[in-house]
Amino acid sequence: MLKRIPVGVAAVSLLAAAAAGCGDTGDDSGGGGGKSGGTLTVFAAASLTETFTALGKAFEGSHPGVKVKFNFGGSSTLAQQITQGAPADVFAAASPATMKTVTDGGDADGTPQVFARNRLVIAVPKDDPGKVGKPSDLSRSGLKVVLCAVQVPCGAAAEKALAAAKVAVKPVSREQDVKAVLTKVRLGEADAGLVYRTDARAAGGQVKGIEFAESAQAVNDYPIARVAKAPQAALAGEFVRLVLSPQGRATLTGAGFEAP
Amino acid sequence: MRRRERDRWAGGGRPPWVLLVPALTGLAFLVLPLAGLLVRAPWSTLGTRLGEPQVLEALRLSMVSATLATGVCLLLGVPLAWMLARVPFPGARLVRALVTVPLVLPPVVGGVALLLVLGRRGLAGAWLDSAFGITLPFSTAGVVLAETFVAMPFLVISVEGALRAADSRYEEAAATLGATRWTTFRRVTLPLVAPGIAAGAILCWARALGEFGATITFAGNFPGRTQTMPLAVYLALETDPQAAIVLSLVLLAVSVVVLAALRDRWVSTS
Repeated sequence: MLKRIPVGVAAVSLLAAAAAGCGDTGDDSGGGGGKSGGTLTVFAAASLTETFTALGKAFEGSHPGVKVKFNFGGSSTLAQQITQGAPADVFAAASPATMKTVTDGGDADGTPQVFARNRLVIAVPKDDPGKVGKPSDLSRSGLKVVLCAVQVPCGAAAEKALAAAKVAVKPVSREQDVKAVLTKVRLGEADAGLVYRTDARAAGGQVKGIEFAESAQAVNDYPIARVAKAPQAALAGEFVRLVLSPQGRATLTGAGFEAP
Repeated sequence: MRRRERDRWAGGGRPPWVLLVPALTGLAFLVLPLAGLLVRAPWSTLGTRLGEPQVLEALRLSMVSATLATGVCLLLGVPLAWMLARVPFPGARLVRALVTVPLVLPPVVGGVALLLVLGRRGLAGAWLDSAFGITLPFSTAGVVLAETFVAMPFLVISVEGALRAADSRYEEAAATLGATRWTTFRRVTLPLVAPGIAAGAILCWARALGEFGATITFAGNFPGRTQTMPLAVYLALETDPQAAIVLSLVLLAVSVVVLAALRDRWVSTS
């Protein structure tokens, strides 16, 4: 793994040099991952896929020779991978609980900072066959509702929001992550599901997101931290700063996140 | 059994190192992860964790659905293998390749494909829903279908291989004696390839038991209805890795016992 990184950097630098004809990239391809090059590895919650990919591009733009690699997945899976020694530089989780796994293990550098918040919306297929308008509609018999499993952050949030709305829902399935809930709604297999506002927005016109007041009771905080044994500690710090910067915030709020 | 193993030894003398070293490395590679599970298992709390009703429910559902899926695979897969091995038809090569598609397809993709065909708005599923009021996703029947889709190729390939290796002169003899093709199939072909069918069925059952991706995508995850052991393991891993290890051990123990018992009984006679 470690041996492959310089080759990758050299290849990227060479490509950049070939494409742009820049003068200063020659140093990088020779140096093989020196000060100005390197690969930054970011572990981020699946719901950050769109925004972090965009931020990664911006980061690569302002750091010539640097390549940002993402590992998107369920926050708890990522947290476990990090505590088991996966070579991550930055960890962005979808819940403080999953971040706590990493900080408890002494694998985070400093105190994690909340950079975004996300709230749940009711997602329905665009033709809305179940005629869903408010949370209480979800308890109607015959309506196929899918929720996240309580073990994952979106499921825990769904429980809280539904309890706040005083609605007893009997879901037909408890999916493994929020994207799976979205897929079931998108394909019309489910009449409704609870997903994050950002997910509903990312699905474009294929699902309709219905906001509801009680979701304020279950707002998810997204913490970010540098990993203690980050192979690229300096770059990791800079990436965290970018996410927390006004530019980072603009990207996140543009996708439907709320500022902390 | 024991006698036969000794006979094999007597034939070859010392096994050559060139074969023995990779063989043992291969064995270690397959067995070590299992040992890892055993080492890390929370033995002290094992009893209480196993008593949880959710565990038993998931185990029961896994066994039932894997067995039903194997049944469906046998009903459809054996005739399919026979057709591929015995009936020459144009495009047989392509059909044979198509049959193995579920082997190479990531199971999650298989699950999405099943949704697109048999889902509530799927090509055939929409008709099932409007004509009979049957919806397959989120049901135990959906679990069986997903497992059947993923496991059937194992059966078809094993049985087709057995049919090709079998001596077709017996079938020809039966035909010359006036037996119809159906009688020949039932009385001659089936008994001839029975060990191959048994081996295929065992592979098929094992694959169905471990199925995760297609099941969670097509049938969803609901305790008692569609939550099989692999799904329970996956979700336990999210919050309680120790519980996930216990669940994995249960699944492993059950499958090893069943597979070992069946193998000795049927496969070794081939």
